[in-house]
Amino acid sequence: MSLLLTAAQTVGPYVAIGFEKQSLPDVAPAGVAGERVVITGKIFDGDGQPVTDGVIETWQANSYGKYAHPDDTQEKLLEENFRGFGRVLTDAQGGFRLTTIKPGKVAGPDGLGSKEQAPHITVAIFMRGLLKHLMTRIYFPGEAANADDAVLNRVPAARRATLIARKAADGTLQWDVYLQGPNETVFFDY
Amino acid sequence: MSHLNPYRKSYFDTQPDYRYPPYRSTLKRAPTQPLVQIPQTLSEITGPVFSARDVKDTDNDLTAQHAGAPIGERMFVSGRVLDENGRPVPNTLIEMWQANAAGRYKHIVDDHDAPMDPNFTGFGRTVTDANGHYRFKTIKPGAYPWRNHYNAWRPAHLHFSLFGQGFAQRLVTQMYFPGDPLLEFDPMVMSVPDERARQRLVSSFDWENTVPEYAIAYHFDMILRGRDATPMETKGNKK
Ligand SMILES: [Fe+3]
Repeated sequence: MSLLLTAAQTVGPYVAIGFEKQSLPDVAPAGVAGERVVITGKIFDGDGQPVTDGVIETWQANSYGKYAHPDDTQEKLLEENFRGFGRVLTDAQGGFRLTTIKPGKVAGPDGLGSKEQAPHITVAIFMRGLLKHLMTRIYFPGEAANADDAVLNRVPAARRATLIARKAADGTLQWDVYLQGPNETVFFDY
Repeated sequence: MSHLNPYRKSYFDTQPDYRYPPYRSTLKRAPTQPLVQIPQTLSEITGPVFSARDVKDTDNDLTAQHAGAPIGERMFVSGRVLDENGRPVPNTLIEMWQANAAGRYKHIVDDHDAPMDPNFTGFGRTVTDANGHYRFKTIKPGAYPWRNHYNAWRPAHLHFSLFGQGFAQRLVTQMYFPGDPLLEFDPMVMSVPDERARQRLVSSFDWENTVPEYAIAYHFDMILRGRDATPMETKGNKK
């Protein structure tokens, strides 16, 4: 049996009505293990204008590198109170702010036993003007494992920096999204 | 090595491209560089897990969120969430939002000169049951104008957001109504290249679930990406 996939359609300009209720800017409740991180950024369109009606969704493993999902069969510690899902709507300046913990390393593309991936957060981006969502990742600065990461290594070297957050003077991690232009963020297909 | 069982790539004509000039907002928001193809890893195959505990039983009734009943044609919408292999997708969170019967959203940006309805917010959510079934009770939304092109009107629609069982299955779509003359003028609908895939976005009149002297029903199934029928071999499978 084979059914025809449902087509994606844009979230449109009124996405807040649908997404606000389940807005989750604090991914890791108190008591979850790991290094606390604050990730802030802005989304810019092709004219360099801030995107004020965008949504960033994040999905990540806990600090032990374990996803709260039945398909993750890695023998690693699962935390009851950590789902790993985040969602923030951009504000009137196109900005967003997410607090979470830095995820651990998870298994690589070949599954269990393969070389582990560098810590990263999986991202989906929604907005008016996107007929289907964009898929990307956030990596962490100063991480030795980035050099060996199977996914990062698929990205042309000159564009890899768009996926790696920068450490700001106040200790927060900064990760901006450029939809177009010379610093266009790398988006994936998978 | 233990295998990962990835989701199939979507058949390309079923999905719109990012850049679609008839929908003007895509021009400054669609990526211009080619997408980077990556293998699906645990990070893409897994995704947030929801259950009936994440919603209230009444969250799927958009007619009962205020003191009075909303104005408009009361209706039921129900259907199933399945994957391409025909398997039901249970326990998936569905978020649904819509305009009121006059075609106006409860949102600061919506300046359409149509009445607001104090008894209608236009948001509901639910979780599919073990067989992938979902159901909403609401009112039929109105068509509304937008400024994309001369005399542009969005056909009446519901917005649906689905999580599926892995991040690779995430889907946001819109449901339309049968026989709507606006469909063929709508850039959102027409952005889908495949004619059958466009038809899949149109619900059907559901006589069996229509309640006499109370409400008309529509049926709408949503199909998420399916996994490869034959899982990859565990050993020696190097691409
Ligand atoms: Fe709409």
